[in-house]
Amino acid sequence: MEDNNTKSRQRPVMLQMQNITKYFPGVCALDDVNLNVFRGDIHSICGENGAGKSTLMNILSGVHPHGSYEGKIIFDGNEVVFKNIKESEKVGIVIIHQELTMIPELSITENIFLGNEVVKKGLIDWDTARRNTVELLARVGLNASPDTLVKNLGVGQQQLVEIAKAFAKNVKLLILDEPTSALNEADTTNLMKLMLELKSKDITCIMISHKLNDIARISDAVTVIRDGCTVETYPVEAGNVDQDRIICSMVGRPLENRYPSHESNIGETIFEVSNWCVEDPEIPGMYACYNNNFFVRSGEIVGFAGLMGAGRTELMKSIFGRTYGNYLGGTIKIRGKEVQIKDVNTAIKHGIAYIPEDRKVYGLNLLDTIRKTIVSANLGSILRRRLLDLDEEFQVAKKYCKMLTVKTSGVDSRVTTLSGGNQQKVVVAKWMFTEPDILILDEPTRGIDVGAKYEIYRLVHKLADQGKAIIFVSSELPELLGMSDRIYTIFEGHITGVLNREDADQVKLMRMMISTSTSNSETKNKGIAL
Amino acid sequence: MKTIREIFGTEIRQYTMVIALTVLILVFNIATNGKVVTPANFQNLISGNAYVLILAIGMVMVIVIGQIDLSVGSVAGFSGMILALTARNFNLPTWVAVIIGLSVGVLIGAWQGFWLSKFNIPGFITTLGGWMIFRGGVIWISGSISVPVPEGLKYIGAGYLPEWGPAFTGLNNSTLLLGLLAIGAFAWSKIWKRNHTAKLYGIKDALWPVIVRIVLISVVIGYLTWLFGSGRTGTSFPVPGLILVVLVIIYHTITQRTTFGRHIYAVGGNKRSAELSGVNVKRTYFLTMLNMSFLAALAGIMFVGRSTAAGPSDGTGWELDAIASVFIGGAAVSGGVGTVLNTIVGGLMIAVLNNGLMLMGVGADQTQVIKGLVLLAAVVFDVYNKEHGHASIFRRLLPKKESEKEDSQQIASSS
Repeated sequence: MEDNNTKSRQRPVMLQMQNITKYFPGVCALDDVNLNVFRGDIHSICGENGAGKSTLMNILSGVHPHGSYEGKIIFDGNEVVFKNIKESEKVGIVIIHQELTMIPELSITENIFLGNEVVKKGLIDWDTARRNTVELLARVGLNASPDTLVKNLGVGQQQLVEIAKAFAKNVKLLILDEPTSALNEADTTNLMKLMLELKSKDITCIMISHKLNDIARISDAVTVIRDGCTVETYPVEAGNVDQDRIICSMVGRPLENRYPSHESNIGETIFEVSNWCVEDPEIPGMYACYNNNFFVRSGEIVGFAGLMGAGRTELMKSIFGRTYGNYLGGTIKIRGKEVQIKDVNTAIKHGIAYIPEDRKVYGLNLLDTIRKTIVSANLGSILRRRLLDLDEEFQVAKKYCKMLTVKTSGVDSRVTTLSGGNQQKVVVAKWMFTEPDILILDEPTRGIDVGAKYEIYRLVHKLADQGKAIIFVSSELPELLGMSDRIYTIFEGHITGVLNREDADQVKLMRMMISTSTSNSETKNKGIAL
Repeated sequence: MKTIREIFGTEIRQYTMVIALTVLILVFNIATNGKVVTPANFQNLISGNAYVLILAIGMVMVIVIGQIDLSVGSVAGFSGMILALTARNFNLPTWVAVIIGLSVGVLIGAWQGFWLSKFNIPGFITTLGGWMIFRGGVIWISGSISVPVPEGLKYIGAGYLPEWGPAFTGLNNSTLLLGLLAIGAFAWSKIWKRNHTAKLYGIKDALWPVIVRIVLISVVIGYLTWLFGSGRTGTSFPVPGLILVVLVIIYHTITQRTTFGRHIYAVGGNKRSAELSGVNVKRTYFLTMLNMSFLAALAGIMFVGRSTAAGPSDGTGWELDAIASVFIGGAAVSGGVGTVLNTIVGGLMIAVLNNGLMLMGVGADQTQVIKGLVLLAAVVFDVYNKEHGHASIFRRLLPKKESEKEDSQQIASSS
């Protein structure tokens, strides 16, 4: 390792961004930022949301053309000037965005050569394109037919196709923006392996990420950006990275503990689900959730661990007013009384709130203002003589913004003006306003920065202290271990076990998340059967 | 410039459109040597366009939920024809025939809403079907011949308010009363709002901008009152115009102040999030489509009343005028954005264009071309402004918005 590290120091500099300053109307997004990346390195860039990471990468890839910023870019020894993305791709800089940009209805081949078509006599040469695709897919280790439609691939596989696409463009410097934010552990490991392979082929990588674990696993160097300035850049040794140092420079203050300490005050069982079975809406006859039993007590935070696609979200959604799949059987008991919950309104009336996983897709109407959003799941409570009482709406919104310390210029601002963390707080406020007893939080901290995560954790603790039953679904095991009193693991739609916080660790959980060993084999066969 | 901002306050975007409309009217008035701003022409303008504006009210709701209704012209024609036929063939009283006509609209709306909400067939398809079905239907049931409608219908299609009371005003007293009511209501609402804001936000706005605002609007309403009321004896603010005003008030309230209204915007803004917030998306779709056809039937009935007979080609092309009004009014094609008030202003722009160009002697062919260009320009202007973060042209001329600063102060001081 040591050896490897010294070697990378001797490598020539691949990219230098010098004194980059960029203004957007009214704000200085980047202020005199410097970035040096060595050839063949995996260079991580960290920073809170809005720190300027993406702006910097957009300048590098030509999204913000030369002339719209100040400073110099030296790539592979030459000063470069890009007017658009095409020009940066020509010299071998390829960016893979957080939101994958492929077209779901097209095949892998069509996607890889989109905008880069192999043309012979004015017509696309699909044979060559297809042959090249097979080759490219082999290089990224994706075992799929080039004719597969992208919509039929998992997120992890789509990521690989994106990288294959970058290969097709003769990539020298690959920029990955939050590559693992939507990946499960297995896919992340796979991606990391591929990145190390790229490194061995002398391809330089820049990775932007919030996930410190991922950064720690493979980085050769780390640059931290805060408020549009470079805070520090230093070489690191993969597998031996001081995460707290990164966090300190990201937030600008020492952070003693990533998870606030909390003593749970656990009461009686208030939410109980038994024998819950749901059919997959896409594949008739297939169970999406099979025979699930779990319970939550008041004041308890119950974690749900599972790989992406294990059926966590599906289970929660089907419980929350049957918003996913076809209900096949099972009962819900609230405070010992069985209830029939066939739609969202009934679920809300019974005191269940579901804070969905992807706030921009499922949680928010991005056209709405903060005040309209906060009351939107409980309009009935601000009705006066059948009309909405806009004053009360204003008061409610102000109260919740204050309570959750939402940073905004006013409750009449659009939710899009908020940072990710504050948007998430508004979604939480919207559901707190329904005054639930049972709160289901599905990936509540995805894509928000460390500081905001901490605030969300504290909020969850506060809700638990009020005696609410909390279900906490997350892909990040450290988060679950830091937050939950008990953790259920789920695999292929079935709950495979439960561990108390004291007994749980990452290895145990992972083992339960990728096998059905704790359930008997008969159940398993039924669960996965056609 | 700062003064202007203080007078118009946060509603500046709406005022921008009204000002554009006023400028348009004045330009036409100059170009036609004063033929546009006359009592007779304004009465005509309102009663001759009320039906399209009523369609636009329904259409903006349809477009806000992210759908479109292409069938409204055919539905209007079909309902009008059903009314005419039932009234003539069964010798029904006018009011019964009107109810039958409106019921037909509701039934058609239920039919189209059914396909959208139960089978998720896009409104574009169901109503394209409806456009053919009911256009064919109206020609079929009428045998391609115009059918006269009861005389009484003329009142709601092109009637005037009654004359009464003393004549010294020189105006139609019904119109005068309406004008005074409007001024009173406006002034009261502004003063109430000011006091209310003081109570709620703890910040008292200066009094003078409120008074200037009230005086300005009173002058405008007063002038319009005089314009509509001073026509030849027996004329007034037209009845279809009054129906329109009532509908605008009702639908403005529905869209802005009711749960159903919020649901419309929620479904159009983000259907999946709306679903997970407890909005019954199917019901919202269904009711919005139902309402559209109901308003289409009403528009059709008013139109046949005005033209005293139901014809097989009544309503042809109305859907396009209604849709254009909505988009000139600033609605988004992707749904979630659009208001009844802005749509009405957009619709009035089209009406004024039609009217002004006609009075200038421009042919229907060229009018069509100009309307198309105006639609495109309005939407381009809107999209450009949104992309560059300016709500209106005034934003660019004026310094930083005062109210935004105040907002942040409020939050700061309250926390």
